[in-house]
Amino acid sequence: MSQILVVVDHAEGAVKKPTYEMLTLAARVGEPSAVFIGPKDKGSEVAEAVKKYGAGTVYVVDDAELKGYLVAPKAEALQQIIEQVSPGAVLIASSAEGKEIAGRLAIKTGSGLITDAVDLEADGDTPVTTQSVFAGSYTVKAKVTRGTPIITVKPNSATPQEAEGAGTVEEVSVTVSDAAKGAQIVASQPRKATGRPELTEAAIVVSGGRGTGGKFEPVEDLADALGAAVGASRAAVDSGWKPHSYQIGQTGKTVSPQLYIAAGISGAIQHRAGMQTSKTIVAVNKDEEAPIFELVDFGVVGDLHTVLPAVTEEVKQRKG
Amino acid sequence: MKIAVCVKYVPDATGDRHFEDDKTVDRVGVDGLLSELDEYAVEQALQIKEKAESADDVEVTAICVGPEAAVDAVRKALQMGADQGVHVVDDAIAGSDAIATSLVLAKVIEKDAYDLVMCGMASTDGSMSVVPAMLAERLSLPQLTLASKVETQGDQVRIQRDGDVATEVVGGTMPLVISVTDQSGEARYPSFKGIMAAKKKPLETLSLSDLGVDAGDVGLSVAWTEVEETTARPPREAGEIVKDEEGSGAKALADFLAAKKFI
Ligand SMILES: Cc1cc2nc3c(=O)[nH]c(=O)nc-3n(C[C@H](O)[C@H](O)[C@H](O)COP(=O)(O)OP(=O)(O)OC[C@H]3O[C@@H](n4cnc5c(N)ncnc54)[C@H](O)[C@@H]3O)c2cc1C
Ligand SMILES: Nc1ncnc2c1ncn2[C@@H]1O[C@H](COP(=O)(O)O)[C@@H](O)[C@H]1O
Repeated sequence: MSQILVVVDHAEGAVKKPTYEMLTLAARVGEPSAVFIGPKDKGSEVAEAVKKYGAGTVYVVDDAELKGYLVAPKAEALQQIIEQVSPGAVLIASSAEGKEIAGRLAIKTGSGLITDAVDLEADGDTPVTTQSVFAGSYTVKAKVTRGTPIITVKPNSATPQEAEGAGTVEEVSVTVSDAAKGAQIVASQPRKATGRPELTEAAIVVSGGRGTGGKFEPVEDLADALGAAVGASRAAVDSGWKPHSYQIGQTGKTVSPQLYIAAGISGAIQHRAGMQTSKTIVAVNKDEEAPIFELVDFGVVGDLHTVLPAVTEEVKQRKG
Repeated sequence: MKIAVCVKYVPDATGDRHFEDDKTVDRVGVDGLLSELDEYAVEQALQIKEKAESADDVEVTAICVGPEAAVDAVRKALQMGADQGVHVVDDAIAGSDAIATSLVLAKVIEKDAYDLVMCGMASTDGSMSVVPAMLAERLSLPQLTLASKVETQGDQVRIQRDGDVATEVVGGTMPLVISVTDQSGEARYPSFKGIMAAKKKPLETLSLSDLGVDAGDVGLSVAWTEVEETTARPPREAGEIVKDEEGSGAKALADFLAAKKFI
């Protein structure tokens, strides 16, 4: 069985949930291994974390030389690891950066690329992916027919399954070309932590749109009562009420939570593209003709400014 | 300075989109248009041109790879203010994936010495968001991608990139590849003058052989990925919709959430 490389999704060495999901998917096709590109001194900590989800080998690439640049050096590092281990596939988290790394890597290694997989199964030792396309109206199964399959995987694509792996750390030194250093990060302003779950990983998302009129408290209070993440439509982002990192839809994030609550959002096709595959959909909108109601499992025609606070109260009471 | 803007012709997102029998996206039977997200790239290119000491120093070329009808996307870019257009059309291209598309685009771009290659953040149909990175790789250029702001000074470029954990400023030296997001600023509408002027602008049509691309390297049959099956998702079942009357809506919603075990 060949190794399936999972590129660890992490923040400064803190492993994120999509990593465990990808390891779980990887185990269906081959032997899951992890590639950690990050601070070297975090290597053993990361190895401890990923071995619980079946990672055999943990390739550690120190990012001291890489992190000041955009994307290209990471693609070079991965290319070198692929040449060393000839894996059966490479799985990368489907973030903006992940997809760009994957794009470069595909060209470098002459490999086919599949982006935004939501599931993975094995056909022999070939991974077969499932993708959701056209704003969630179709599902597509596909496989890579050339080179090393490079697959980017969306968050929430699998339930992480614990499995004991060896977690053997192998430090890899990579060389980064000058050409890869052409895009230099000259300043970085970290985003403030909200204390809420991460949008793409959350089980529940409560989103507000233009209908909030800029008053997001009702949305946020309900989110907090439910332990949910907060999202926004583009109209709310364009109005400056929330940063772009909150945006859900075609040019924002795609979420697929257990429960999605849209408040004051009309349900434009571009918004749907980012939330249509949510398991349960709820909307609160004062216009009963709003297209969002075509998607909902439950809808309330009413003013969000009165309905949401009342729901929040109910939730708090019932949760005790 | 020479700027190439990559513009894609896509099926109208508000129309019904579907697959053809060969599992490729039906691009013939539906109305198409210049991908809205590429209008932002055209806009940023035009702004660079307008900010230049002399607008004549900057030449903006709109490049599109796509079927006959896709020439509309180039025309729209010309109407907005691009100086010239290139349309690559060849039967062999049909069904090409991002890998083949980036190959063809790279060949067009290599024909000229462009200082900037500008793209949209994603195609509104395929939405893989990988062509700009692939182009950068093929052209051995740095990529300043997903820019919500673009600034140029001489041959220096700085962009703002709003990532998940941080907002970054990324800098590089031309030539390089840029992609811009829909946060980069409203794209202009073509003016009447622009529409008239576009009719006289040079528009070159190229085939694969003009570019020296082997037809065997593009198209559906050589795609590096293979679609096994496509399934239309069953429409969602109509849900329950209640009108809020004096708090009844909140109560009903809370009941629903409780029944679904969310509370
Ligand atoms: C290329 C492109 C990409 C795009 N990408 C995205 C994207 O990623 N995400 C996205 O969301 N959009 C995107 N859009 C924009 C999209 O087309 C819509 O314009 C946007 O989603 C509308 O946001 P909205 O629903 O908040 O606002 P509106 O459409 O204005 O709807 C507001 C809703 O609030 C309701 N309302 C008003 N007041 C109240 C109240 N007091 N209580 C309850 N309800 C109330 C109204 O009835 C209405 O239905 C994109 C558009 C384009 C062209
Ligand atoms: N066929 C094409 N012709 C011209 N430009 C394209 C084409 N396909 C993709 N692009 C460019 O690449 C960007 C990203 O596309 P994609 O990777 O398909 O999401 C688009 O916004 C365009 O700028």
